[in-house]
Amino acid sequence: MSHLLAVHQLLADACPTGKYIPVGLTDSKGAACAGSGQVDSGATAWVLASSALVLLMTPALAFFYGGMVRAKHALTMLLQNFATIGIVSVTWITLGFTWAFSGTGKYLGDNHFIFLRHINDTVPALGSFQLIPTMCFVAFQLTFAIITPALITGSTADRWRFGPFVAFVTIWSVVIYAPVAHWVFDGYGWLNRSLIEPGGHFFAQDFAGGTVVHINAGAAGLAMAILLGKRKGWPKEQMRGHNIPFVLLGAGLLWFGWFGFNAGSELGADGVASAAWVNTNTATATALLGWLVAEKLRYGKSTALGAASGAVAGLVAITPCAGWVSPMGSIFIGFIAGFACAFAISIKNKLGYDDSLDVVGVHFIGGWIGTLSVGFFSTKGTNSLGNDGILYGGKGHFGGWNLLLHQFLAAGAVTLYSFFGTLIIGFVINLVYKHRVPEDWEAEGLDTAMHGESAYDWGGVGNTSGHSGISIGAKEGVPA
Amino acid sequence: MKQITAIVKPFKLDDVKAALEVLGVQGLTVGEVQGFGRQKGHTEVYRGAEYTVDFVPKVRIDVVVNDGDADKIVGAIVEAARTGKIGDGKVWVTPVESLVRVRTGERDADAI
Repeated sequence: MSHLLAVHQLLADACPTGKYIPVGLTDSKGAACAGSGQVDSGATAWVLASSALVLLMTPALAFFYGGMVRAKHALTMLLQNFATIGIVSVTWITLGFTWAFSGTGKYLGDNHFIFLRHINDTVPALGSFQLIPTMCFVAFQLTFAIITPALITGSTADRWRFGPFVAFVTIWSVVIYAPVAHWVFDGYGWLNRSLIEPGGHFFAQDFAGGTVVHINAGAAGLAMAILLGKRKGWPKEQMRGHNIPFVLLGAGLLWFGWFGFNAGSELGADGVASAAWVNTNTATATALLGWLVAEKLRYGKSTALGAASGAVAGLVAITPCAGWVSPMGSIFIGFIAGFACAFAISIKNKLGYDDSLDVVGVHFIGGWIGTLSVGFFSTKGTNSLGNDGILYGGKGHFGGWNLLLHQFLAAGAVTLYSFFGTLIIGFVINLVYKHRVPEDWEAEGLDTAMHGESAYDWGGVGNTSGHSGISIGAKEGVPA
Repeated sequence: MKQITAIVKPFKLDDVKAALEVLGVQGLTVGEVQGFGRQKGHTEVYRGAEYTVDFVPKVRIDVVVNDGDADKIVGAIVEAARTGKIGDGKVWVTPVESLVRVRTGERDADAI
């Protein structure tokens, strides 16, 4: 009874002041309280749908990567990606979300939303701009937190023991992902600053996660590839992907899901979301073409694997740009990214690190290209909240070259934090539980050696049952 | 009896089979094999990197024939399989001691 009385008094009073205000709170006259964010059903419907689209990207990634590994390791790759959905779904709603999106700190959120308490309060960084319930924002951001560590599995393919992998993703999703998301996505973060700087100017603009997702995963992927060492036989042995149709299936589903990733990042259903949609498709299309052209020039043949890789490079590059640039700008951003990444995947052979499925070549380099492209192609014509880039006459304290410099600093800061943070996490886990699988597992195939199953069970000699199955000991009377 | 073994380029299998049928050969066994000869594999490009591939795919054909037919059949295989380019393969002949047809128990020349 006293509780209801308190609520009644709260509503009857003038709007409360403070950082955390219930979503949709009105004063005694029924007017919306400033900073309470009235829930918009159109925006909520779109962001919830987008959340489902982005969640699909992780299984899509599993097939994109799974087709690129050899048949004997295929399930291990798929399982790593699916397990990441399992792990981060828990770490995000318990700790990750609150450290990323609560409070007004520059470097980290507070514990206001821990275990999703106070979930009817607005996210401080969104305030009166929040058109969706905070729970909807949790769902949307969860799917980003899932796919980022999942992306790492491409550079570490075929040699990571499952136990330490699970431990790594658990820790990484909270210690690396959540702070970086706060720095860049949260208006109080030190690389975003749109709620700190006068006039609401952004320090660096990352629309959907070029730094938070792609540079972050790329730098972490590089660190883990170095820590794990090369696959047995690399680079002498040609480790051809076993199922290129899977790679294209995965790329197609990534493309589909990415509309939620980029257009959903507007957190509303409006013109900017629509521009982000068209920009995403345009850059992906031209990146696909750019990669095919690069292959044709280098080796005389364009490949289906190249088309899939080019599409993903374009999706990566347009991610930070999506809601800031024009479709005409997207044509160039995509083509440059596709063409450049087709060459970037050869860097590993020169430098000698085994980035198995080119997470560095596509996500790290593509993320950098996209993040810097904002400094050139950002235009107020698409989004009035942004700054004009160099090509649109941006100048002064925040536009033009200044914006490019800020993009560079943001990308650099995320690169350094992710690379060295990942090295430390990886090193510490390795003290307790060795990351690297034994050599004979690698030769046999991780699917049967580590998980007791195989992706393609064609049966044994003479149609007996196949080799797959979890071994639980030697046959009776046979020495183990 | 002789066993004739031919290692040829995969796309030449049909030509070799046709040539053997013309000579009245009743049966043969084929398999996909890999190996290398003097050319020592070749270089391939995959995803922006060049690799040396040691083993080149070939087709192996085995056929057992009467002693008197061996030279003629070897000649027909060589003629059918030749492209004149490197990697055309090899044909060799080995003596066969005995032969049994599983269904009837017929032996040697009767089993060919």
